[in-house]
Amino acid sequence: MTAELRVVWLLAIRSVRQALRRPQMLAPVLLLPSVFLVANTGAAGRAPSLPGFPPVPAFLDFELPGIILLASTLAAVPGGSALALDVERGFLDRFFAAPMPRAIAVTGRLAGIGLVGALAALAFLIVGLVFGTQVQSGPLGAVVVVVLAGLTAAAFGGLGAAIAIGTGQASYVTGSFPLVFLLLFFSSAFFPTELLREPAAAIATGNPLTWIVDGLRSPILNSSIQLDTTAAALGGVGILGLIGVGSAYLALQRRLEASR
Amino acid sequence: MITEARAVWLLMRRGLNEVLRVPGAAIPGILAPTIFVLGFSVAFGGLAGLAGFTTDDYVSFVLPVGLLQGAGFSGGAIGVNLARDLEMGRFDRLLLSPTSRPSLLVGTILSASLRAMLPAGLVLIVALVAGASITNVPLLVLAMIITALFAIVAALYGVSLALNLQTQSAAPLMQAGMFAVVLISSSYAARPQLAPWLETIANINPVTYVLELTRLAFVDHEDVWSAIWPGVVALLGLILALAVVVALSLRRVITE
Repeated sequence: MTAELRVVWLLAIRSVRQALRRPQMLAPVLLLPSVFLVANTGAAGRAPSLPGFPPVPAFLDFELPGIILLASTLAAVPGGSALALDVERGFLDRFFAAPMPRAIAVTGRLAGIGLVGALAALAFLIVGLVFGTQVQSGPLGAVVVVVLAGLTAAAFGGLGAAIAIGTGQASYVTGSFPLVFLLLFFSSAFFPTELLREPAAAIATGNPLTWIVDGLRSPILNSSIQLDTTAAALGGVGILGLIGVGSAYLALQRRLEASR
Repeated sequence: MITEARAVWLLMRRGLNEVLRVPGAAIPGILAPTIFVLGFSVAFGGLAGLAGFTTDDYVSFVLPVGLLQGAGFSGGAIGVNLARDLEMGRFDRLLLSPTSRPSLLVGTILSASLRAMLPAGLVLIVALVAGASITNVPLLVLAMIITALFAIVAALYGVSLALNLQTQSAAPLMQAGMFAVVLISSSYAARPQLAPWLETIANINPVTYVLELTRLAFVDHEDVWSAIWPGVVALLGLILALAVVVALSLRRVITE
């Protein structure tokens, strides 16, 4: 078990290093959310004056958790692309020859995606602090935000991994990123649920990403960590994980069966 | 001359073949702009309720963003394909063909303008169904021409990255770069309604003027000509500047 955990850790670190060594791979995780942060806060900065908008110190305080969620879900794109390249270049096949449970290849990659997501969350949290956002619940609240973002990235990374293993082509993984936005637009990531147009508002209410972003937003906007909101966010992560990670392991199973 | 024209045409067709032969890779780029237009409309549609917003029809307001995003993704895909050709040595084989070297890229780059019509057509139809309106048909035709030309801008950007980095892993940078310049403009709101710092960025960003030119087809504007000429100048300037970068990059690749 210890040896397996060590392999998971090594694969996770390899995944993070791959992302750091090729800055272009980090573009979706850092550049796209930065662009959204700039565009959303610059264009919709007056939105808190709209009737029905929840009271917030500034629009940035409302938007920052949505951007952190965007960064952590987009971490699946470079992670998945790198896994697809592993498939293309035969690394995965060589790994399967090792005396290790084969699922570890996916687990290690997901752990790496989780780490990238957590690091991205930390980076955006620092950006927010620089531009005036205050984490009202203090350092513990900041830890909750980073951990939740990391778990979301790993859970969502399962979908990227499933596409990577299923197709073995990085272009399919890269091409899947609009789906991330589809899920986010129909959540309260960028605008309050109350002000979304129907049917988006109804969909957002049941969207696990809404629960997660509420869990990310709560420590930033409230002076204490609200356990019910955090629990709902973890529930959202659980649902995503079940779908994402489950799909990845199923894809792996199918690949192994096909190669027999 | 005829050989060059034929090479350009064949490479244009090759650029389009991917859409037909590997639809799985092309479909997301075709769907994405529609997703963004619908997403922006549902998420930020409330902004039209702010005092002083130029229109209460937010779908029409963000529709041009979708057209340019579609063109950006189409151009980005051309860059990714060239990076793959460079990685796998196919471009080296093309260099041996009896045609001028620039024409090897011209066909590939021009194919982006045709490819951009797929996402443009889809986003236009879906937006019209969702309630977007057209101000007049000649301006709509102009908007589609501008979309096609903007795809060439995006393709030039993607090709310059492909020539310089020579790896498919630059794909996210190719897609994200164009995505960013379109968004950091008057994409969500007219320039006077942006925060002052974003208004300054949007004023410097040439894509703002291309976007505002495209928007004429969907949102009424008091002085149409005052939006046309800055857009045309910005677009031609972008094509010219990026064409020079591509030419220099190609020369470096050939020399190496």
